Parts: sequence; C-alpha cells; structure tokens
Amino acid sequence: MLSRTLRTSRAAPLRVLSRGGYGVTKRAVTTDAASAHADKDAVPEEDDKPFQVHLSDESFETYELDPPPYTMETTKKELKQMYYDMVSVRRMEMAADRLYKEKKIRGFCHLSTGQEAVAVGIEHSLTKEDDIITAYRCHGFALMRGGTVKSIIGELLGRREGIAYGKGGSMHMFAKGFYGGNGIVGAQVPVGAGLAFAHQYNGNKNTTVALYGDGASNQGQVFEAFNMAKLWNLPILFGCENNKYGMGTAANRSSALTDYYKRGQYIPGLKVNGMDVLAVKAAVAYGKAHTVAGLGPLVLEYVTYRYGGHSMSDPGTTYRTREEIQRMRSTQDPIAGLKQKLLEWNVTTEEELKGIDQEARKAVDGEVAEAEKMEFPEATGKVLYEDIYVRGSEPQFMRGRTPDENYYY
Amino acid sequence: MSRLLRPASRLVSSSIARPAARNAFQSFPRVPAIVQSRGYAKESGVKEYTVRDALNEALAEELELNPKVFILGEEVAQYNGAYKVTKGLLDRFGDKRVIDTPITESGFCGLAVGAALAGLHPVCEFMTFNFAMQAIDQIVNSAAKTHYMSGGIQPCNITFRGPNGFASGVAAQHSQDYSAWYGSIPGLKVVTPWSAEDAKGLLKAAIRDPNPVCVLENELLYGQSFPMSEAAQKDDFVIPFGKAKIERAGKDLTIVTLSRCVGQSLVAAEALKKKYGVEVEVINLRSIKPLDVEAIVKSVKKTHRLLAVESGFPAFGVGAELLALTMEYAFDYLDAPAQRITGAEVPTPYALKLEQMSFPDETLIENYAKKMLRL
Ligand SMILES: Cc1ncc(C[n+]2csc(CCOP(=O)(O)OP(=O)(O)O)c2C)c(N)n1
Ligand SMILES: [Mg+2]
Repeated sequence: MLSRTLRTSRAAPLRVLSRGGYGVTKRAVTTDAASAHADKDAVPEEDDKPFQVHLSDESFETYELDPPPYTMETTKKELKQMYYDMVSVRRMEMAADRLYKEKKIRGFCHLSTGQEAVAVGIEHSLTKEDDIITAYRCHGFALMRGGTVKSIIGELLGRREGIAYGKGGSMHMFAKGFYGGNGIVGAQVPVGAGLAFAHQYNGNKNTTVALYGDGASNQGQVFEAFNMAKLWNLPILFGCENNKYGMGTAANRSSALTDYYKRGQYIPGLKVNGMDVLAVKAAVAYGKAHTVAGLGPLVLEYVTYRYGGHSMSDPGTTYRTREEIQRMRSTQDPIAGLKQKLLEWNVTTEEELKGIDQEARKAVDGEVAEAEKMEFPEATGKVLYEDIYVRGSEPQFMRGRTPDENYYY
Repeated sequence: MSRLLRPASRLVSSSIARPAARNAFQSFPRVPAIVQSRGYAKESGVKEYTVRDALNEALAEELELNPKVFILGEEVAQYNGAYKVTKGLLDRFGDKRVIDTPITESGFCGLAVGAALAGLHPVCEFMTFNFAMQAIDQIVNSAAKTHYMSGGIQPCNITFRGPNGFASGVAAQHSQDYSAWYGSIPGLKVVTPWSAEDAKGLLKAAIRDPNPVCVLENELLYGQSFPMSEAAQKDDFVIPFGKAKIERAGKDLTIVTLSRCVGQSLVAAEALKKKYGVEVEVINLRSIKPLDVEAIVKSVKKTHRLLAVESGFPAFGVGAELLALTMEYAFDYLDAPAQRITGAEVPTPYALKLEQMSFPDETLIENYAKKMLRL
C-alpha cells in the first residue's frame, strides 16, 4: 500500500528525466518494504555464498545521476544480520519508550521506530573507517556504529557507564566513526562536510554520511555545506531522512521543494525507498563508490516514516491522522517487509526466524536490565568537571556556583 | 527631506505615549496602568494566572490592539506553540498574523528584522533561545545596531522572545542562559520576567517599545501560577523597563536576582527569616537592560550587604556585572564584599545529580546567605 501522497505521484506515467545523458529511473519511489525479488531456487544452501536480489523499479529516483544497479549481491548471512539489527534497534527503542514512561529517562527522547531500515541499511554498506553524523534521533545509529545497547540505554538513564558517561543523554552519543548525536537542527551537516574534508585531506578512500531531517533540510548551513562540498569535491553523502514531518510541521508546510534529493541543485541526487533496507544498502554502496571515485558529493533522500511522536512528549496525532500512522505501520513496516522476503526466498524458516527474533530480544532485554543496574555518576566536583577540557590540559580550576564550590584539577 | 527631519524618531516617541491603532470602540482608562498596579489592586479582583497564560494574553491583546503586530516562529501556529504559549492565536487572528516558519532561525529572524525596518512590529519567537544562537548575528548586527548606524533614521521595533536558560534533563546544547550575551549589547533592551504579571507587563511593553527587545522567558516557569492583579488583567497593563521590583523588603541583606532565581531567592529569604529571624530584601530586576542601578544602591544603603543570584555561566556574567556596578556605585555603603551565586562553569550535564550541582537552588542560596551574614 502506498501512502496518500505517493499514490498520486505514482499515477503519473513512467517517469523519464527530461535532461539528457542519465539513465532512466523507472518509477516513483514507494515505501513498500517488501518489493525486492529473488529467485528462490537460486538462493544457495550456504550462509555466506552470494546470490542476487532484484530491487523493485520503485526503489530509486534520481536527479542528474544514473540510478544504482537494480540488482545487488547479498548472502543469507547478511540478510539475517540485517533482520537481527533492525529487530534490535526496534527492541531497544521500545525499551526506551517504556523507561521514559516509567520516568527513568529525563528531558527529550526521540525514537526512530519505523526508521530502522535507514540506520541499518547505511551501516551495512559502510566500513568502520567511514563516518556517520546525525541529529538527535540517534540511538539506532549509535548501536549500529558499535555502541552497545547497555551503554546507550545506560546513557538514557543518566548512568556512569552510559556511552557518554551520563553527560550527554538521549541526544548526544558518540562512537568510533560516529560523530553524534547533535541537538541543533542542521548544525551537523557542515560538520559532516568537515569529516569528509578530513578524509580527502588524509587521502582516505572513505565516505561520510551526514544525515538530517526534512525539517532540517531548510537550514541555511545545509546549503552552505552543499556548496563547499561540490566546490571542493568532498566525499560526502548528504542524507535527508524524510519522515514526512519536522515536529508538527508536514514537509510541504516547511519546504518549498519537497524533492529533497534535488535540493543540492548542482549536486546529483538519489531518492531511496527508506523502508526497504536492501534499497538503502544498495543506494549507499553506490553512493560510497561514487564519492570514493572522486566524483564528489551526492544528496540522498531516504523516504521513511516515524511511527511515534517527534519526541516522547509529543503524542504525534494532532498533525496527522491515526489512520495514516496505522497504514504505515501495518503495510510498510521495514522489519515485516524483510521478514516476508526472507521467508519467501527460503533464506530462512519460520522457525529459524523466530529464533533470531528471540535471540535479538533476549540480548537487548538482558542489556537493558544490566543498564538499569548501572550506578549513577557520583555527585562530586571531580565527576562534574571532568572532560570539559582534554585531560591534562585543563585550566587550574573551574568556578562552581559559589567560590567554595570551585573545582581545582 | 523628511528623512533629515528624523521622522522615524518622532513617530517613535509618539507611539510610546499612545500605542498605535487602537480599536476605536474600546475605551481605556487615562491613568497609566502601572500606577494602578502598584499596590492598589483590590484583593477581590486578583486571579491566578500561569506565566504561560499571561504571555498568551499579552500576545493576544497586542495582536488585537495593533494590526502591525504579528508573530512568527517554529510551530507557533498550527501546533499552538512547542510550549503552548501561542495557543489559540492562529484560530483567533488567522495565518496572516500567526505564522509557522521553517526551521531556519537565521532566515526568519532576518526576515522579521526586515519587516520591522519597514515599519511592522514582529514578535519573533525562538522555540528556545538556544536556537537563537543560529540567528544571533541578525539580532545583534541587523536589529540592535541599525538605529545607531543610521544616525537615528532607521528604527527597528521588534520583539525576540522564547524560553531562555536552564531547562531540565536536556543537556548541554539545550540548556544555557543567554542573559549576559544579550545584556551586553548596546541598542538591545532585555527583560527577564519571573511572575505572571512580569510576563504580561514586560512582554506588552516590549512589543510597544520602539527598539529591539529580547524577552528572556523560562520554560520551567511557564506552568507556574501567580496572582494577577485586576489592573494587570487589563489590556493596557505594561511594566516600564529599567525598574526593578522589591519582591520582599528587608534590612539585613540584599539579594538581587532575575527570572526563575527570584522565586528560589524568596524561598531562601523566608527560610532565613524563620530560622534566624533575619530580613532579606529580594529585588527582582525584571529588566537587565536597562538595569535599575538606583534600586540596588538604595537597597544596599539599607542592608549594607549584597548577594547577586543568577543561573548563567559565572564568567563575564550577570552576577559579575551586578557586583561591578555595586563596587562602582555603592562601595561606600557595603559592610562586606558583594557576592554572587551563579550557574557552575560547566556545559549542562544530563545526569540529574550532576545537573543539580550546576544551577543554584533554594538551599544553596540559603546557606550562602547564612554564611555571608555569619549566622
Ligand atoms: C536550530 C534548532 N531549531 C529548532 C530546534 C527544535 N527542534 C528539534 S527537532 C525539530 C524538528 C526537526 O525535524 P526534522 O529535521 O524533520 O527531523 P526529525 O525530527 O523528523 O527526525 C525542531 C524544530 C532545534 N533543536 N535546533
Ligand atoms: Mg522529519
């Protein structure tokens, strides 16, 4: 089932790019999470033997760019891992949801439920030497980049062994190749361009994925980053996670052009079905090859949907219909979509899949329980004032609320 | 020709006395509201208002009174405001006057400044002042300095408002106090309401003031209720800038404070009275630019001791300014060095106990005052 907006654009005849030179993308992108095909008989016995999957012709739309190949190689092992990863992210976000409602998480808490295929698909096409930077909806990315469930949930709970030692909370988490976890809408985008600049400077064959929302896409500094990236041919994949809303504002109320993949103007663009983890993987792999070949930046648009409110305090139902949410959840779900394919292609059995589900849940739940047992940071000056500066390079002291609370390093 | 006559400044001075474009069918008492509000309000007419309701009423009244006033910002219209301050305004005034913007602070702030230069009276809401950092160049360079740079030819009647300062559990990027930043800029006026009356009177005065004004609200106060006098409930109620309010009179120690710290200081003052019988005077600054130095000097003459309480970073902050002013203007009346309580010098941490160590609270104020008074 297509969402309402997409339905109208699909009614248009086969889409042909008006400007010459680029391959034809076949159809308007949908959010169908189960649109790929594979020949069941060609799926090998072995877990790590490659076979081919054909993506739907509704997986991509392009702007000044040839579309990625619609055929990709994968293995049973990888598919199962992707499934496991998406289930883990969702389970972890569900735990955060519960802990927030139990008042154990403070402040803002932005969940990515519904958007799992984006974080997981991207990770599966990168190496740990590539970089990712995103905004505050960051738990899934932090996990995929190598953060543990325990450390992420521990952070949400404000514990000493949280991924940022309880200093950052829900919006700020960092790991190798993961530069946050950023709270100021749009500010991470030029910072991402800087990460790409460093790759170029150091002669690395790596790419940077810089993510931002449909709302964030209008910030001026996004366009400043576009310009420099194109000007200096930086290896960066700008990525708009278009989940249709920025807080309570629908994309068409914030953006003069909602074709986010075209907003780089002089930068080629690629719109991707962000509910299909395979399409995401294929798009990012293609994009990475593009940037690493020195062909400069791309602007990707991942078409996705957030099931919950903007943050835990937003019910998320005043600016969109319950029916719309329900339709996305029940018909376009990235996890259910991949599950259907895995069974259809005999990649796994109902039995084995249940096992994977259980394993993922058990692992997440176990780590969540461990996180709940972690200690809170000690309320001392030593803990409060550590890491404002690099250790060993601090000023002599930091001032407390009163002079007698000053902390001397 | 007319520019040489400085019509802008003339217009401006006339608009102070008489808010433009009042509805002809409404009548107003001739006595300035502020006179009525000072202590003469009948207890009977007093109503409880949350700060949120007071701000909402101020906005609604000014939108009603002056067609040049409009409000813009993120989520202010259809969503009724991220913190519901603008609730109902879209329904009442329509989308010409209550405008949802994209998340482009620098852009919409600049646009609002332009509209103000052209004679409109925009109220530019920042979802929080943390995000106004994206737009601070427009506030400082385009709004605050233009009147001077133009030799008085070009005024800029704009109001920047939104929650400022400490908010709970939101960590370093969403919890910072910008009072000192804006308070340092010549050309800006800066107000810091605490109570519901403050909120209403100062916001209305800000909208009517012919200069750029920053209204630094506080998210944690939005839901707090305060009594609102009958006079303050009227649509001509404004609070003049540069006049501090003595919230509690005393003779032993002067606490000069602003915004949320006013409430905390009053609690501490009450505890000090109960436990030790000392009388602490609590001065609510209400506006920090202009700042009521006279009220501070007067109080210090009486108490001979001063403690500034604020929640910004200590270095180069509001407290530092208050202490410096006290040195400059009231040194001879002091019996002991003036002191300050501030936020700690640390990016706001997320974990609760660490956060608690980072901002003043009632107990800290009480204990520090006790120490100052050698009790
Ligand atoms: C500069 C700035 N302005 C405003 C905000 C408040 N804010 C946080 S998230 C958000 C909406 C962003 O929407 P979008 O970019 O679509 O991302 P999504 O939340 O949908 O992932 C807003 C307005 C902020 N954090 N930073
Ligand atoms: Mg969005």
